[in-house]
Amino acid sequence: MIRFENVTKRYGENVGLEEVTINIAKGDFIFLVGPSGAGKSTFIKLILREIKPEEGEIYLDDMCVTQISNREVPKLRRKAGIVFQDFRLLEKKTVYENVAFAMEIIHKTKKEIRRQVPQILSLVGISDKAYKYPEELSAGEQQRVAIARAIVNNPTVLIADEPTGNLDPTTAMEIMDLLNKINRRGTTVVMVTHAKNIVDVMNKRVIAIKDGRIVRDECGLYDLVCEESSDDDTDEEDLYV
Amino acid sequence: MFRRMGYNIKQAFVQIKRNKAMTFTSVLAITAMMLILGVFFVATININLFAEVVKQDFDMVELYIEEDYSLDGIKKIGLEYESDEGVSKVEFRSKEDALEIMKSRWGDNGYLLDNLGGNPLPDSLIVYVKDAETAKIIASEALDVEGVEDVKYYQETVEKLTKTTNFIQMASLVIMLFLVLVSIVVVSNTIKLTVFARSKEIRIMKYIGATNWFVRGPFFIEGIIIGLIAALVSTGLVAIIYDNIMAIIGADIIRILSVPIVPIEYLAVNLAIIFVALGVGIGSCGSVISMRRFLDK
Ligand SMILES: Nc1ncnc2c1ncn2[C@@H]1O[C@H](COP(=O)(O)OP(=O)(O)OP(=O)(O)O)[C@@H](O)[C@H]1O
Ligand SMILES: [Mg+2]
Repeated sequence: MIRFENVTKRYGENVGLEEVTINIAKGDFIFLVGPSGAGKSTFIKLILREIKPEEGEIYLDDMCVTQISNREVPKLRRKAGIVFQDFRLLEKKTVYENVAFAMEIIHKTKKEIRRQVPQILSLVGISDKAYKYPEELSAGEQQRVAIARAIVNNPTVLIADEPTGNLDPTTAMEIMDLLNKINRRGTTVVMVTHAKNIVDVMNKRVIAIKDGRIVRDECGLYDLVCEESSDDDTDEEDLYV
Repeated sequence: MFRRMGYNIKQAFVQIKRNKAMTFTSVLAITAMMLILGVFFVATININLFAEVVKQDFDMVELYIEEDYSLDGIKKIGLEYESDEGVSKVEFRSKEDALEIMKSRWGDNGYLLDNLGGNPLPDSLIVYVKDAETAKIIASEALDVEGVEDVKYYQETVEKLTKTTNFIQMASLVIMLFLVLVSIVVVSNTIKLTVFARSKEIRIMKYIGATNWFVRGPFFIEGIIIGLIAALVSTGLVAIIYDNIMAIIGADIIRILSVPIVPIEYLAVNLAIIFVALGVGIGSCGSVISMRRFLDK
């Protein structure tokens, strides 16, 4: 479903990713962890073709991300729902319009939009806020809207870059429940996080990156996979969550 | 983008409303360009027309006959010219005919000629030639022919005129091209401001898989609207200016000079078509250019 083959990405002298090879199966739920600057965001940007690697190939489903033309990038991004730490909602649109917009982009009819959007809003538990603007919502609610927007077109994969980074622990766990729910509906989920307790509770596949390299890749706890780096950057995040 | 025309147009108007001052400025700038352009255009058209009319005199040489020269004599001269291979036709124009022609040219002011007390115009022979060379030879030798008093032949004038009109045409073309480029830069800068103001939004759109044309749509329409407004305003202004200049010169003088003038209605329609095409072109190019860097990644 997502495949990296020997992918290397450098920013000048900085290493983004170094010879990364990985395979994420359909329906998986994976955590991408590692210290700050490890290359987690780079990993995600590569999948979305925001940047191109110097070496290696990346595949999403049947699409070779590294080979497609710029014109095909929108098609690629429609295969993937994306959620960010800072939500990135359209401020001038209501909750409903934000979600509907993702459908308008792919030329869905008004009828389809009217049918689909309320369903998704109810799935993420935000139906009662449909006609509010993002600034009128709490952070957790905004993230729910962002998730609704990300999954409304039934993407094959949901990619989340620290989706709980701006949320308090309780809200973060609620968002995790939601992501789990979405994953059980068949959507592959790739989530970047620093939150140790979330990783521990969820007990999913954990891929740890450090200095651009994959240092661990196994199911289970945060500690298990990150022992080498758990003393620096990750500690403060642990306190936070 | 055409599937979402309604959305694009609505969005374009929202942007224009949000950016009234800048929209106004670019409409103003383009209108100014088009005004200059329009003046050039109108002038060029009229000069061309004038040149065409004058060139018709090019294929003929008018020979003025001495006062009281006998009709037989005139006929003889005429026949002689007619036998020339380069001559297609020779026409006799009596002094009365000449006066009539002049009167009709002067139109309403023709009565002025009634007070002349006699006809000051000479009889003449009009020699129509097949090519400019013959005209030149005839003109240069005609004064030696007995009975011919004067020769009217515009060759030099025509040559100068042709050169001048060619030059004017080239110059206008260069200036017009330059103005069009300037306009494109002006529009693209205006739109760049709107794009900057909405850069966050655009980035989000791209993240959720919007195509470049989807993002561009409203800006594209915005550019076209700016171009269209400028086109209509300038068409109106050029028409008014043209009308006023003609009024100042006065219809009578124009007729007496026998200079042809392109009618305003004809010009306005053509100008409108040209300006609209140009405005749409400038607006759309401007918007696409302004977004280029934004949509590259
Ligand atoms: N645009 C860029 N130009 C230069 N260097 C970059 C750029 N983006 C990332 N890097 C470098 O690449 C490395 C990986 O960055 P990346 O953003 O992937 O880290 P991260 O794992 O997401 O970190 P964080 O947890 O802080 O978000 C870092 O050393 C970073 O400095
Ligand atoms: Mg990051």
